[in-house]
Amino acid sequence: MTLDVWLDIVAGTFLVAGAFLSFIAGVGIVHFPDLLARMHAGTKPQVLGMLFMLVGLAVRLRSWSVAGLLLLVILFQMLTAPVGAHMVARAGYRTGKVHAEDLEFDELTEDTERHDGPAPGPTSNRT
Amino acid sequence: MIYAVIVAAALLAGAAILALIRAEKGPSMLDRTVAFDVFTTTLVAAVALEAAWSRRTDTLVLLVVLSLVGFVGSVTISRFAAIEPEDAARVRTREEVEAERLAERAAEEAAVEAEQARREALRAEAARAAEEAAQASDSSEEERP
Repeated sequence: MTLDVWLDIVAGTFLVAGAFLSFIAGVGIVHFPDLLARMHAGTKPQVLGMLFMLVGLAVRLRSWSVAGLLLLVILFQMLTAPVGAHMVARAGYRTGKVHAEDLEFDELTEDTERHDGPAPGPTSNRT
Repeated sequence: MIYAVIVAAALLAGAAILALIRAEKGPSMLDRTVAFDVFTTTLVAAVALEAAWSRRTDTLVLLVVLSLVGFVGSVTISRFAAIEPEDAARVRTREEVEAERLAERAAEEAAVEAEQARREALRAEAARAAEEAAQASDSSEEERP
């Protein structure tokens, strides 16, 4: 067994792990009952899975310029995934897709009520 | 390596199909947005897998572009998300779309006909007024001498 073969085995393991996490994200997005749970499935395992895929690709290609490019991709993904998830959650809260009875803690509603008086909660229909 | 690639490709295909299922079912636009986010990331993973299989580096630019652009869609949709009517929760069938199109066309035709009727009424009114004016001028000319 040469070094190349071992590195290919490592790369294959990373690729399969990443694809498995992507698959888990797909299962979660179909299976979970409401928007916030689906968003959780769509961001966390998905980003980790893509990170694994890109690490596997970098190990397979074994070149520093490619590794730099893939680092850039990971950086962009880690910067943009929270922004997108935050925007989706905010829009969901404001259009009444988040139901108060599903939440353990609802600090956003508490804070808005403390600030504005009885304010429109997550179930109300404020745009 | 070939087995790893086959297994990973099958898992990615499953993830993409599940994301599409959610995009079809998703009760709100935001669920569909999340589903398409997952689909885009699965696409990135698939391109990475293909690059790992054939050891090519020219498709890596696609990864950068997709990871940058993929989130613009979800942010835009979320920014302009509004309260949706209840019947927007599911994709309409072909027959429903056809029925709606026919209803729209019927409404347009009715509007065009109403407009034509209104114009003809106006024209008849104008003709009658002109005739009366001509009669009046005739009678006044008869009276003048």
